[in-house]
Amino acid sequence: MNKKQKKVLYRIIIASCMMVALYFVPVSGMFRFALYLIPYVIIGYDILRKAFLGIIRGQVFDENFLMAVATVGAMLLGVYEELTGGDGEFAEGVAVMLFYQIGELFQAVAVGKSRRNISALMDIRPDYANIENESGGLEQVDPDEVAVGTTIVVCPGEKVPIDGCVTEGSSTLNTSALTGESVPREVSVGDQIISGCVNLSGLLKIQTTKEFGESTVSKILDLVENSSMKKSRSENFITKFAKYYTPAVCYGALALAILPPVINLLLGGPAYWSTWMIRALTFLVISCPCALVISIPLSFFGGIGGASSCGILIKGSNYLEALAQTSCVVFDKTGTLTKGVFQVTDVQLPTSNPLGEAEEARQRLLYYAAHAENYSSHPISKSLREAYGESIDNDKITDVEEIGGHGVTAKVDGHNVAAGNAKLMQKLKIDYTECDGIGTVVYVAVDGTFAGAILIADVVKESSKEAIKALKSSGVKKTVMLTGDAKAVADYVAGELGLDEVHSELLPSDKVNRVEELLAAQGKRENLAFVGDGINDAPVLSRADIGIAMGAMGSDAAIEAADIVLMDDNPLKIALAMRISRKCLRIVYENIVFALGVKGICLILGALGIANMWMAIFADVGVMVIAVLNAIRCLKVKM
Amino acid sequence: MKKSYKIEVDCANCAMKMEEAAKTVEGVKDAVVSFMTQKMNVEFAEGADDKAVMQAVLKACKKVEDDCEIYL
Repeated sequence: MNKKQKKVLYRIIIASCMMVALYFVPVSGMFRFALYLIPYVIIGYDILRKAFLGIIRGQVFDENFLMAVATVGAMLLGVYEELTGGDGEFAEGVAVMLFYQIGELFQAVAVGKSRRNISALMDIRPDYANIENESGGLEQVDPDEVAVGTTIVVCPGEKVPIDGCVTEGSSTLNTSALTGESVPREVSVGDQIISGCVNLSGLLKIQTTKEFGESTVSKILDLVENSSMKKSRSENFITKFAKYYTPAVCYGALALAILPPVINLLLGGPAYWSTWMIRALTFLVISCPCALVISIPLSFFGGIGGASSCGILIKGSNYLEALAQTSCVVFDKTGTLTKGVFQVTDVQLPTSNPLGEAEEARQRLLYYAAHAENYSSHPISKSLREAYGESIDNDKITDVEEIGGHGVTAKVDGHNVAAGNAKLMQKLKIDYTECDGIGTVVYVAVDGTFAGAILIADVVKESSKEAIKALKSSGVKKTVMLTGDAKAVADYVAGELGLDEVHSELLPSDKVNRVEELLAAQGKRENLAFVGDGINDAPVLSRADIGIAMGAMGSDAAIEAADIVLMDDNPLKIALAMRISRKCLRIVYENIVFALGVKGICLILGALGIANMWMAIFADVGVMVIAVLNAIRCLKVKM
Repeated sequence: MKKSYKIEVDCANCAMKMEEAAKTVEGVKDAVVSFMTQKMNVEFAEGADDKAVMQAVLKACKKVEDDCEIYL
C-alpha cells in the first residue's frame, strides 16, 4: 500500500470505530445528526470535494457525483425525519460512503498488486553494464551510454544488458524471463546472445552489436508496456456504455424521486415524498459502474501479463480478444513447423557396400562425404559435417573439384570420393541405387564404386504434431500450410502433422494471395492467424487478422510486423495463447453479465422498494470486489 | 511524433476522462491513457510543439480530474 492508500485506510478505520461507538451512544435529535456528521466528513470529504468541483466544471455524472448525491440525500432525509418528529436514520448515509471507500481502496490495492506482479514477471530491465577501465577494474555505467562495439563484462548472476557476441569465456544463460523456457542455454565464444538473459555460471565478455535502445530487452519491455494502449472491443464498449449509462441512471433516479409522488398527488392520494426519495437514492448507489470500468481492463492486463510470463508477447488487448475467435491457422513451413535447419535424416547403404559392416560403414560414408564437401559453402555440407560429428582434417583432402549443379569430387586419404546428386553418378558412369526419400539426396561413390546415399532434410519440430492437435481440440477448424518448398516435401510434412490444407511451391507474393483467398472464405466473426518465423513473412503477417511471429530471439523484423510474438519457437505456444485468450474473454464476459445482471435486478428491486440501502451497498461494492477478484484470475496461466 | 508520459491517476474511470480530455486539446492527434500501466501515449499533430501542447493537456486533465498528475 502506498501513502495515499494508507491514509484512506486510517480514515476507514477511524470512521468505522466512530460508527460502532455511535451505535451505542444514547443521544437523539439534531445532536445525533451532528455526531454522525463527524465520521461522514472524515470518510467522505474528498468525494464531496471532487463531486463539488465536478459540478462547477460541468463534469457531472461520475461516481463521485453519484455517491455524493446519494449520501447527502440520505443525510438530509434523516434531518427531515427528525424535524418532522420522526426518528432520523443517519447511519446508512455514512455506511454507503464508508463501504464505497473500502471498495475503492480494495480496488486500488488489487490493481497495484497485479501491476507489480506483472512488472516482476517482466523484471528484465538491466540497471547497468560493466565496462573494464584502464586499470583492469570493472566500472558500472548506464546501459544507454554504451556504444556499439564496446566490450562489456557480465558476471555470474547478472543480466545481460545489451545484445552482443561473446568474445571471451563460456557460461550457461537463463533465458526464462524471455522465453518461459526453463532449460539453461549454453554459450561460448562466437555465440550471439540477447539481452535480458541471466548469466548463470561463468564470466562472459561480450562485444555489443546494438545500442541499448535497439536491444531485445528494450524492445520487449516497450512492447509489453504499450500493450494496454491498444484497447479491445470490450473495453471500448464499456467506455461508450459508461458515457450513456451514468447520466441515464441519474435521470432515472430523478424520475423515480419525482414522478410517482406527483402521480400520487394527481390521483388524490398522499405523495410519500420521503419513501420515493429513499428509493431514488438507493437506485443511485446501486447504479455505480465501477465494477465494469475497472474489471475489464484489469482482465486484459492480467491476460497479457500472464501470457508474457510464458514467453508469449501480445501487442494489444485487441489481439488477445481476436485470438479467441481464431478459426483458421495458417503456417509457414520452414522455421515454423520444421526446424529450418538441414539435417541428415537417413543413410542408405547398398546391399554390397565397399565400406564394411553397417554401423561402421555408415560412419565411414559420412566421413568421406563430409571431407569431400568440406570446402563447399552449401548448407548441405554443414549438415554433413554435423552428422559426421568429429573434426575434419584438412590435410587429408586433396584435388577438390566442384562440378556445378552436380556435386564434388575429391581425394580423401588417397581415395577418389565423389559426392553429389544423381546426375553426378550418371556423369561418372557409376551404378547407383536410387534413393526415394523426401529431401535432398547426396550419393557417395568411393573409388568409382557406389558406397551409399545420404538423405538430408529439414526436420519437423518435435512439438509440431502436438501443436496442431492442440489447436484442433481448442476449436480451430482449419489448419493450412504455405511453403515455397517442393510439393513432395510439403505433402510429406503436412501428412505427418495432420494439416488440412497444403499449398506448395509458392513465391512470397503467392503467400499473400493465398492468405487473401483464405480470408475471403472466413466467416464474419472468425479470425485467421498466420504463423511465421518473421523472415520474409512480414507482408503476410500484417495481412492476416492476427500475425504471430516465432522465435523473436534475434529477429527484429518479426517483432515489428507481428501482433503476437512467441519468444521461443515452440508452436505449442499458439494453442496456449489461444487458451489464455479464451479464459480472459470468458472472465470479461462473466464480469459484464454478472455486474450488469446483479445491478439490473437490484435496480428493479430498489425502484419497487424491496431492496434497501444495505443491498444497494452490496450491489455496488460487493459486485466490484467480486469482479476484481475474478479479473485477477487472468494472471494465472496453466501451462 | 509520439511520446509516452508517466501519469498518476487513481481510478479507471478517471483515466478514461483524462483520455477524453487529452484528445480534445489542440495539437494532439491522438491520445491513449492506460490506467494499468499508468502511462499516457500522445501522438502530436504535424508541427505541434510538444512541450506547449503537453502543458495544455495537463491543464485539460486537471480540469476533469484534479487528482491526476502527468510527469512531463
